[in-house]
Amino acid sequence: MMVNLKINDLPVSVEAGSTILEAASKLDIRIPTLCHFKMDCFQVEHRSGSCRVCVVEVKGRPNLAPACSTPVTEGMEVQTNSLRAINARRTILDLLLSDHPKDCLICPKNLNCSLQALAQEMGLHQLLYKGEQSTYNKDLSSKAIARDLDKCIMCRRCETACNVVQTVGVLSGIGRGFNAVVGTAGLKPLAETNCVFCGQCVQACPVGALSEIDYKYDVWRALNDSSKTVVVQTAPAVRVAIGECFDMQPGSISTGKMITALRMLGFDKVFDTDFAADLTIMEETTELIERVRKNENLPILTSCCPGWVKFLEHQFPDLLYMPSSAKSPQQMFGAIAKSYYAQKIGVKPEDLIVVSVMPCLSKKYEASREEFSNNGVPDVDIVISTRELADMIREAGIQFEDLEDGVYDSPLGESTGAAVIFGASGGVLEAALRTAADWISGEDLQEIDFTAVRGLQGIKEATVKVGGIELKAAICSGLGNVRKLLEKIQRGEANYHAIEVMACPGGCLNGGGQPYHHGDSSILKKRLDALYRDDAGMPIRKSHKNPSIIKLYDEFLGEPGSHFAHKLLHTSYVNRRDQ
Amino acid sequence: MGCNCQKTPTEQDVKKIAELDQYIDSLLAGTSDERRSGFLIQILHRAQSLFGFLSEETQKHVSEKLRIPVAEIYGVISFYSYFTDKPVGRYKINVCTGTACFVKGAAKVLEEFKRNLGIQEGETTGDGRFFLGGLRCVGACSLAPVVMVNDRVYGNVTAEKVAEILAECKE
Repeated sequence: MMVNLKINDLPVSVEAGSTILEAASKLDIRIPTLCHFKMDCFQVEHRSGSCRVCVVEVKGRPNLAPACSTPVTEGMEVQTNSLRAINARRTILDLLLSDHPKDCLICPKNLNCSLQALAQEMGLHQLLYKGEQSTYNKDLSSKAIARDLDKCIMCRRCETACNVVQTVGVLSGIGRGFNAVVGTAGLKPLAETNCVFCGQCVQACPVGALSEIDYKYDVWRALNDSSKTVVVQTAPAVRVAIGECFDMQPGSISTGKMITALRMLGFDKVFDTDFAADLTIMEETTELIERVRKNENLPILTSCCPGWVKFLEHQFPDLLYMPSSAKSPQQMFGAIAKSYYAQKIGVKPEDLIVVSVMPCLSKKYEASREEFSNNGVPDVDIVISTRELADMIREAGIQFEDLEDGVYDSPLGESTGAAVIFGASGGVLEAALRTAADWISGEDLQEIDFTAVRGLQGIKEATVKVGGIELKAAICSGLGNVRKLLEKIQRGEANYHAIEVMACPGGCLNGGGQPYHHGDSSILKKRLDALYRDDAGMPIRKSHKNPSIIKLYDEFLGEPGSHFAHKLLHTSYVNRRDQ
Repeated sequence: MGCNCQKTPTEQDVKKIAELDQYIDSLLAGTSDERRSGFLIQILHRAQSLFGFLSEETQKHVSEKLRIPVAEIYGVISFYSYFTDKPVGRYKINVCTGTACFVKGAAKVLEEFKRNLGIQEGETTGDGRFFLGGLRCVGACSLAPVVMVNDRVYGNVTAEKVAEILAECKE
């Protein structure tokens, strides 16, 4: 049923149940919002109506109405820019700012902050209210996420991300009134909770209360240490997003520019996590085929995503036998770099520094896990996010948009189309299917686009015929969806051979370390398209056809799944129920 | 407590846990998963009356029973001043600081309790005997200023009477 109303005297007709905010957007009338957060592509909406920045005047209603959470009614007459509404908004913003630090210049969210943008938009140049300021200790306990609660505006968007979308349940409103703040149980530091560091809270936070733990300076120091050889690996999803930080169109594929920029920053070799993604496929597909043939320990779950792995360790410790034992591409890269590559170039592992550029904050945590070190030397030394790399490029004065395209160094820079789609939900499984189909059939199959597994939906299912075997697969992204699927499996209501799991909705392209999308779904869709475009344009699109991978097994690892490959490229999981 | 216990629970604790579980199970019988969380406050009341306070272990236990994140339970506990996550003294002294009591000199009474016990508002004495707190209006304004010790109400309290009240708190 449609409802007719007028906004700023303009007639508009919208579905019953729509809000004033939605009706206004249909007329291209912008009403400022702050606590409201909506991701259309994942059917997620945080509509607490708590900040009141979106108040409008409704004829016949004595008080002002929050546009984000007021449903439209037939014949409603709304004024979004009456003096009363404008004054109320300015007062609200003024009050919010009275308990907010004014250190924008040195804030990690500077120029990416919704509160700052609002203050500018409303032309607030003078503050009327002065009062008490809340002060908390900064939480820098984890390797991944920094919390500065002095900046928290209690919009509680992070809670929706953590509790509703991801069902991790680490964050909650604590305390009351002026002393209320978003915190953990017992106000414990994040490192002591079951946080999985997916960083969806960081993406949701409109201000500087949540950001990443910054490792840029560690990278600068390594780059300027002449006793070290510094190599870098770049994850698939970074190349289709980093351009956004330089005002390029979302969905631009900037692999070449990024490589050139990394070289200009001073990295000795620019390598690709995609190489290790191909390696992951070799090991994981070997395991998949073996488990399917033996009909044992099914379904096999992917293990590339450290947020998902930690979620499993905390919340479903009875299912620890399910994920593939293969390390993630980041960690496989580190392990190969510090053994095979270090030997090749005659450098001691401790003198080779491996830096990762990841779309992810959980990768910072993953690299710090004890089992990923060898005699105290970590396989991956420093992890920075897409955003941190963009910051470094800017700091170095490099004009990213104007750079010539560079190419990755050999041998750990060679990769295939199967690897680049790791950046999207469904990509890992599709890459595995391409290899599994060839291996099982013994042919070089031409039909390699498994489109049923693509897209941003939270749970996807596909039955694929691979060489006479009917493989039942599921693809799951967003930990809330993962929980639903695992509970179904526990109840015996679902049977699959293989499930791809990614902690972030939509996969790594929507990782916690990616450029801020501020809830704009269209940006994510463009990153997704770019990854598949990149895949389609690659000369080799199957992991097992990667010449450098073939050579690596010939020269060093032996067969996929061999004892040595297991020692170097596989891992085990920890029951974290009681942590 | 329960499967999350770090320390070995005493026999008395085991009994209390069993009692709490029995209470929780009686509430949850026939309740759909979505409505479980609705019993949280009732359960916290019972748990606090059993254990005296809501320890981290108790919170985790209730969290597992109701399938609510511990953070959310802690959020509720921190919201209501009635709930406490720290052990409190056996004698809970609460000085009313509502309007009537305040006007009639509650602040002086509170000061005297602080001085006599050597603790601040919201704290418990080292021997675990006394807890000192403030509360708003207990509905006995005609007796202002009012002090409550556990369930007992003292009226027309003056600073001089504080020592007397404390002396009455014998084991």
